[in-house]
Amino acid sequence: MTQAPEEVLFDAEIVSKAADLIGRYPESRSALLPLLHLVQSVQGYVSQEGISFCARQLDLSDAEVSAVATFYTMYKRKPCGEHLVSVCTNTLCAAMGGDAIYKKLQTHLGSEEKPLGHNETAGTPNEPGSITLEHAECLAACDLAPVIQVNYEYYDNQTEEKAVALVDALQAGKKPAPTRGAPLSSFKAAELQLAGFFPDDEIQYRKDVDGPSQAVETLRGAKIAQDRGWVAPVAKDVPLPEVEKK
Amino acid sequence: MADPITPVLTKRWLSPNSWQIATYEALEGYTAVRKALAGTPEQLVQLVKDSGLRGRGGAGFPAGIKWSFMPPNEDKPHYLVINADEGEPGTCKDIPLMMADPHSLIEGCIIASYAMRSHHCFIYVRGEALHCIRRLNAAVREAEKAGYLGENILGSGFDLKITVHAGAGAYICGEETALLDSLEGRRGQPRLKPPFPAAAGLYAAPTTVNNVETIASAPFIVNGGSSWFREMGREKSPGPKIYSISGHVELPGQYECPLGTTLRELLDMAGGMKDGIPLKFWTPGGSSTPMFTVEHLDVPLDFEGAAEAGSMLGTTAVQVFNETVSVPWAVMKWTQFYEHESCGKCTPCREGTYWLAQILERMVDGHGTEEDIDTLLDVCDNILGRSFCALGDGAVSPIQSGIKYFREEFLALCESTKRELVGAQA
Repeated sequence: MTQAPEEVLFDAEIVSKAADLIGRYPESRSALLPLLHLVQSVQGYVSQEGISFCARQLDLSDAEVSAVATFYTMYKRKPCGEHLVSVCTNTLCAAMGGDAIYKKLQTHLGSEEKPLGHNETAGTPNEPGSITLEHAECLAACDLAPVIQVNYEYYDNQTEEKAVALVDALQAGKKPAPTRGAPLSSFKAAELQLAGFFPDDEIQYRKDVDGPSQAVETLRGAKIAQDRGWVAPVAKDVPLPEVEKK
Repeated sequence: MADPITPVLTKRWLSPNSWQIATYEALEGYTAVRKALAGTPEQLVQLVKDSGLRGRGGAGFPAGIKWSFMPPNEDKPHYLVINADEGEPGTCKDIPLMMADPHSLIEGCIIASYAMRSHHCFIYVRGEALHCIRRLNAAVREAEKAGYLGENILGSGFDLKITVHAGAGAYICGEETALLDSLEGRRGQPRLKPPFPAAAGLYAAPTTVNNVETIASAPFIVNGGSSWFREMGREKSPGPKIYSISGHVELPGQYECPLGTTLRELLDMAGGMKDGIPLKFWTPGGSSTPMFTVEHLDVPLDFEGAAEAGSMLGTTAVQVFNETVSVPWAVMKWTQFYEHESCGKCTPCREGTYWLAQILERMVDGHGTEEDIDTLLDVCDNILGRSFCALGDGAVSPIQSGIKYFREEFLALCESTKRELVGAQA
């Protein structure tokens, strides 16, 4: 008997991870978003086989899973590159240079005549150095605008030059460190973490968790307060209020 | 009078490894949970009511009152769900908070769960915020190991499990009922209310959805008491608030100030306008809050102050734009965002944002007519208040306020088409 395509793609380890995810929720269907991240960590996108796999784990129809998968922008319908480069082009980032950065990367990764489009890949998906480019909605780092994410790690305060240097390095197989986030891995590896699985190796785990986050902008108010001696009112330990027993 | 900056939520952020449990415990962390668990749920709900803490996710609903809506019995499981789906354009306070001090959120979750008799808490984090997800998972693991989570927490008999859940890229999931649908493994589409989540939320069980900053405030209120909390901010909007200042200022960043701080004061702390180029427009709390102009420099930025001046406090996402930025262009960009993020459930929002974006694109492209301005406002009237959730309402804010304050800029875009028409008549 030949195996169903999804059984070849999603091996025993993935099946056991899926069961682990389902066990985390009171109702199994809640595991669908993590499961879709999980299949994406295997294939670099949510394929038809991935949809069937999720459906089978949760006893849903393919149509029910498709309806969910197509609703969310982080589930990609075409194979992604080794890296996903997301450029924020929402209003504030755009005004600070995000639109120009996105245009520059489109022509740099494509060509003047044929700029790379939204969710298109430079290079061959799944091969080292391949990059999928997208414009993203607000990435919640407006004080560090304009921002780019690579595999959802932050590269803050970007310029056209910095962004070009970043993608050049990625294409050359290098992994420049994010300004905030864990050491860069790949889109698939990031998706595994989004599914809810983190490195078993303790050293690697700590390295990821302890990746930088203390940007100057993040700490700015706290730093100014410290420098000027500004503090919140001093709290005294007061008892909880008395309430009538019900 | 409190100091201009009052670090409460941000007070540990400067410490090395502020996200690790050792740092947190060395700086008063997990002291509030001991005090809370020694009290009763009713006492905690009363305390939060007394403090006047209002929801930090944008709507400003009193947190203690929301908590009190949860039924006192436990006929069905109760759930606390943390809305960490930060995505409102301009908003960038919860993500730094979760990265810098995830344990304050975890401790707040324990206190709030105990107050609402919940034994399973979910933190729904925006998928793009991977580093927060990592930090929160690590914090949950550390807290479990230290006995702050799990069964019989600190010998109190109270059990709690926290699950960190990653979203998948949908602004609408920041709306609480859409978030619940998403957490149930569905498309994130809002539900009709009532029933409110406290009656029928996650899995149709009693549920409270609270913002990250709201819940992270709870440990401080437990430790300091309601009077201390009220020493900051204003009568109806007490407490400190993280103002996120972005855009054309010299020193953008996170500034935790008493509620009611004005833009003039914030700009002063943030080093003034970048390169001295004058201010043109700004949002008090994200793109869904009607824009302000230089006229509004002295509006106290709290829930009442922003509303009285014709906008909303929202998420205190202060996006500052200087004179070089075209208002119709900015409005078009925001409208494209709402069009993309409209979930498609309600016709006025789905169709309305689609047409608004096209009209604005045409205008910015130089092919608009004066009539387009009326059409825009007419479409806005047909979206506002006509959908299940507030996404559509948010979508009309930049357009209505943009036209209100900068109509001449929209008119200027129609100049070329006007001339063409004159030429055609000649």
